[in-house]
Amino acid sequence: MDLACPDHTWLRSIESWLTPPDIGERVDLHEYQAKELMRAAGVPIPPGKIARTADEAEAIAREYGVAVMVKAQVHAGGRGKAGGVKFCKTPADAREKAQAILGMDIKGLTVEKVLVTEAADIASEAYVGIIVDRATKKAVFMVSAAGGIDIEEVAATTPEKILYLPVDPRYGLMSFEALRMGFFLYSDAKLARAAAKIMQQLYTAFINAGCSLAEINPLVVTPDNELIAVDGKMVIDDNELDRRPAIAALRDESSEAPSEVDARNANLTFIKLDGDVGCIVNGAGLAMATMDLVKFYGGDPANFLDIGGSSNPEKVVNALRIITADPNVKCILFNIFGGITRTDDVANGIVTATQQNPLKVPIVIRLTGTNEEIAMKILTENGFSASSDMDEAVQRAVKLAKGEAA
Amino acid sequence: MSIFIDNSTTLIVQGITGRDGSFHTRQMIEYGTKVVGGVTPGKGGQKFDDTVPIFDTMHAAVAATGANTSVIYVPPPFAADAIMEAAAAGIKLIVCITEGVPVLDMTRVYPFVKEHGARLLGPNCPGLITPGQSKVGIIPGRICTPGNVGIVSRSGTLTYEIVHQLTRAGIGQSSCVGIGGDPINGTNFIDCLAAFEADPHTRAIAMMGEIGGTDEQEAAQFIKDHMKKPVVGFIAGQTAPPGRRMGHAGAIISGSSGTAAEKIEAFKAAGMGVAQRPVDFVDLIGARLA
Repeated sequence: MDLACPDHTWLRSIESWLTPPDIGERVDLHEYQAKELMRAAGVPIPPGKIARTADEAEAIAREYGVAVMVKAQVHAGGRGKAGGVKFCKTPADAREKAQAILGMDIKGLTVEKVLVTEAADIASEAYVGIIVDRATKKAVFMVSAAGGIDIEEVAATTPEKILYLPVDPRYGLMSFEALRMGFFLYSDAKLARAAAKIMQQLYTAFINAGCSLAEINPLVVTPDNELIAVDGKMVIDDNELDRRPAIAALRDESSEAPSEVDARNANLTFIKLDGDVGCIVNGAGLAMATMDLVKFYGGDPANFLDIGGSSNPEKVVNALRIITADPNVKCILFNIFGGITRTDDVANGIVTATQQNPLKVPIVIRLTGTNEEIAMKILTENGFSASSDMDEAVQRAVKLAKGEAA
Repeated sequence: MSIFIDNSTTLIVQGITGRDGSFHTRQMIEYGTKVVGGVTPGKGGQKFDDTVPIFDTMHAAVAATGANTSVIYVPPPFAADAIMEAAAAGIKLIVCITEGVPVLDMTRVYPFVKEHGARLLGPNCPGLITPGQSKVGIIPGRICTPGNVGIVSRSGTLTYEIVHQLTRAGIGQSSCVGIGGDPINGTNFIDCLAAFEADPHTRAIAMMGEIGGTDEQEAAQFIKDHMKKPVVGFIAGQTAPPGRRMGHAGAIISGSSGTAAEKIEAFKAAGMGVAQRPVDFVDLIGARLA
């Protein structure tokens, strides 16, 4: 296929990776972790070490004996613009800058560690990224000689400066493809070949780690005409973790919201919001539609919580524990449509959970589908009422959350 | 009439002896689906519930039964291989229910399935049902009733909700298809819309999308350009918070924010009806059948 892509139409749908249903289905690695994986695949990366204190930062800078960069390690873009990335000429300077960055808040995340890495002299900056693309159903390389922090602007205004190259997964990245990207970036044959080698190494790292994204930005040409990767980013497909324990161990739970970590460990997808109707739903689509309906009837959802398919009573117990831990929740709304989820499992979970921890707020239960009759029997025998109509249940929950009679 | 499955569908269940596989096999048989065999390696020669023959491989299952369709309930690490095994054995419609298939596996599976001339539905989907004839997957049979409305959806349980509401209002369905929510799936909205357009029995289509991606916008364009039958759409996630961004690559590759508002605009521009709540489908579809 022709690789020029002036209007992006065949690539756009990757956006779905960016939206709530996919949160919890990906693992962001820190820069230093991504760099270790890339380095293991052979990508040339300047030496660097992690510091948790200013003392450690100074010691690392002294060990390297050259100017260093001190870089905040948090899962947020725009670290540089937020003041989380600093150039330091001396070890004392590194100490001072690390002191300022550690503990800093970047987009709601507290910086707990910094990467101290040898600073590079920069002659030019290029961008290299690989992402799994919905439209072509392949991993796609994107490279541009106009790298650096303004690459998104380049894509928007001068798309011809970006080369898109889908990789056929059965053959992997072929040498001629890698070299084509090398020459797209550099007219100097030595640099083009070096870049082609880095493309192969990055692709290897991408596949081996089970990535949905791997990025080098910038890929730098030094004044000595050498290529080095100055910044690296990787996002792992959550579904890869079971077969890659070494990658799973890289997940940094301290950088995520505790309630979301708790939910994930219980195999639930949970996103906390600001409202007061605690929603427990099976399936992402129905969960979103339930939140929409809460809003439609004048309420505010307290969360997105998907208990998923194949549910067992334990999942429901965990879901209730997580929801009731939020003091904002004034009413709990269950909306379960049983397919692979058996509604009797959910009913048993509700009974068990509320026996262990009696509820302090009202609960509205709507369930229908697989084993509905058994579920209704379990609930009524234990003093709960349940309805099978979604609109009715949502309206009731909204009223109860407002303290009105329903 | 219907799309993709009907009473000529003969089905093999891959993973027939697992918890989900066995439960839903019984449900499918009870619904009237012709389940002609199952596969669980190591259990070949046995019978499931004393009736359905079990085979060790798809190759043996297809050779013995001549089945044309398979449904997959195997765990995620084995799902990609199960899909390719079905395609290689000559199955023409492969429905993968399994959730959690690594997306890089799917980059290899997709071209393999295409080259074998098969259609894949899913993964991470509820399957499909042609009311009164056959069901393949996990859509609860009793919420459906035969009729003239085609249903296509990215979601599972949201589909059940809307089908349930239509049935309760006396509006039957020709076929209901859940395409699944994974980044790489075998069958998309446009494939289903084209099939419904060609199905003489389908008179209107209900389509349920979600925020994220541009599949719904592309479907809207297809509807505008190629469809005569009326389509009513719904987007879940109108109140969802903005998602986290995925580095520069996400921003570069996307020319769209994938919001509900943007998708609803695309629906309106294509002349489609737009349901604000699931229950709104009843009136909007009802009016188009009148």
